[in-house]
Amino acid sequence: MDLLRFATAGSVDDGKSTLIGRLLYDSKSIFTDQLEAVERASVSMGAEYTELALLTDGLRAEREQGITIDVAYRYFATAKRKFIIADTPGHIQYTRNMVTGASTADLAIVLVDARKGILEQSRRHAFLVSLLRVPHLVLAINKMDLVGWSEERFEEIRDEFIEFAAKLDIPDLTVIPVSALTGDNVVSMSDNMPWYTGTPLLNHLENVYVGSDRNLVDGRFPVQYVVRPHSNQFHDYRGYAGKIASGVMKVGDEVIVLPSGMPSRISGIDYGGKAVEEAFAPMSVTVRLEDDIDISRGDMICRPNNQPEVSQDIDAMVAWMSDEPLRPGQKFAIKHTTRRTRAFVKDIYYELDVNTLHRNEGASALQLNMIGRVKLRTTSPLLADPYSRNRETGGFVLIDERSNATVGAGMVVRA
Amino acid sequence: MIDTDRRQTKRHLTQLQVLEAEAIYIIREVVAEVENPAMMFSGGKDSIVMLHLAAKAFAPSAIPFPVLHIDTGHNFPEVLEFRDLCVSKYRVNLVVGSVQDAIDRNVVFEDRSGSRNRIQTPVLLETAAKHGFNALMGGARRDEEKARAKERVFSFRDEFGQWDPKSQRPELWSIYNAQVHVGESIRVFPLSNWTELDIWEYIAAEGIGVPPIYYAHQREVFERNGMWFAANNFCQPTANEPTEVKSVRYRTVGDATLTAAVLSEADTVEKVIEEVSVTRITERGATRGDDKFSEAAMEDRKKEGYF
Repeated sequence: MDLLRFATAGSVDDGKSTLIGRLLYDSKSIFTDQLEAVERASVSMGAEYTELALLTDGLRAEREQGITIDVAYRYFATAKRKFIIADTPGHIQYTRNMVTGASTADLAIVLVDARKGILEQSRRHAFLVSLLRVPHLVLAINKMDLVGWSEERFEEIRDEFIEFAAKLDIPDLTVIPVSALTGDNVVSMSDNMPWYTGTPLLNHLENVYVGSDRNLVDGRFPVQYVVRPHSNQFHDYRGYAGKIASGVMKVGDEVIVLPSGMPSRISGIDYGGKAVEEAFAPMSVTVRLEDDIDISRGDMICRPNNQPEVSQDIDAMVAWMSDEPLRPGQKFAIKHTTRRTRAFVKDIYYELDVNTLHRNEGASALQLNMIGRVKLRTTSPLLADPYSRNRETGGFVLIDERSNATVGAGMVVRA
Repeated sequence: MIDTDRRQTKRHLTQLQVLEAEAIYIIREVVAEVENPAMMFSGGKDSIVMLHLAAKAFAPSAIPFPVLHIDTGHNFPEVLEFRDLCVSKYRVNLVVGSVQDAIDRNVVFEDRSGSRNRIQTPVLLETAAKHGFNALMGGARRDEEKARAKERVFSFRDEFGQWDPKSQRPELWSIYNAQVHVGESIRVFPLSNWTELDIWEYIAAEGIGVPPIYYAHQREVFERNGMWFAANNFCQPTANEPTEVKSVRYRTVGDATLTAAVLSEADTVEKVIEEVSVTRITERGATRGDDKFSEAAMEDRKKEGYF
């Protein structure tokens, strides 16, 4: 069975929690004791119907305030696939949570209310999905029951969205009319919308082809840990442990180690203690080389004819996640693949209005939940690819050196 | 149909392989970034899987950290035996924090309910401090409970071991922030994205042994609050709770005073997988008295430093 990670974006008002509840319920992934607990809680809150949102809003504060604050992860499986849902809050003050949920997603569902159509927040969600390079986007037009199952209304919203999405980089867009409340087109085909010729949402999630989304072209192996057994049996063993970020590695491959530039050849690959002939992303393996060269954590093994940039000057889109604004002149710790160094903020080129995509070039700081293009200078080079080419070697985080908090998420534009 | 064919081409990973690669990466990341980590190990199925992954992560080296068990004194003997078996098999050092010992020293006080679930938290914090562990890996999974569904893989704890759900560090891609100040610590959950079913499928795929009480066996049990409890030293039936011998197995193993068995005929790993894949009740819902206290029982315990 394979795995699909998807993120949902939308607010409680759009029916997001109801949609997730419906997916879980109709695919028989809600357990009876969970449902009983939710029913009890709904009654004690005085709700007139079972509030499926309580299934995902796990924190006390969320239940008290009736909002989703943080990303919640949900798991369900059908006969075809296992799914991990990153359920992200939709309000603008939780943009950082949506960015977090989208960072690992293969697919994102953006929900809109058919009565309201495309709102500012729908545009923001679509933009974040494209910024984080989530390969597949589903626009779920919800509450179709409240617009009389109107094909016209569906087409109107769809066309408006497609026009907006043309400005973004969205490789695969699917638009589905649903009613999460009644279940139409969620798990089974709707009888109320015979004009819709596509598949129901769950069917789409089960079948969307994600095999080609992985980058198996650019060999990138960030060294995570050096394995040197202190035993007589493996006295001469020296292996480089890590998770293949992209590409395929084979025994006998010529490689180059960055940043030193030392060439070598792969003499062996161990996978869980057993030797294998080849390995590929995203496997965690241990690689051995023919030559005894100095390699440590944070170095990268790649192919001589296909290398990342080795650079201290990084242009990146940064999503800011701290109450204290980002300003030129500040210094942060930066973590990129397995490498950790320091970064100095040289410049903010512009701040992006996430609702209108307008570039504000006069910005002197990035406030919480703002996104902007930033110029960084690092104390030692990063081994980076553009994020648009490689999510694993193009993403980094900024860490406040006093509090150790993660304060920013960066996507390399140019290194 | 082309779609299916393409999916079956080589260089395809199953969900178990993806989860395995992720867990191994997380465990290695802890060792690479943290000076003095330890792994929680009780002899329960999740911790056994986690230890197995640790062995794979560093092979052919030995596992480069000790394992830690907070011994409530309320143990199933089969599980304790299995714990020791694993410790010698994987050649790891075992550190034990004893709740009984802490009670004897008046560090903690026995709960009126008799459960030691809540009072194990101070013992955990004390033991971790004594050994200077600044990262603890645990086998908790997000599918177990709704507060856990919100917790990060690398979960920051302040100097009191407390979790603050409102100020969690954003966690993007596979970049984890393990940085802490002296006295603070990190809890790490390599199995965050695994479900109960994934655990069992992995146990089957890798041929991993688990304590016999996870498989169906005959046991003298009695019914309390709709759950089946073993009649033993830790759990005495009252006059209104007749005991009977039934075929049961344990889905989870915790404090023996409040961990219930489930009626089951599943005596092999294949049958357990079959049973788990059609069950309509969560494992904690079926077997734990402790989470039923309130809607936010787990969140509240975690805020005090619980795993």
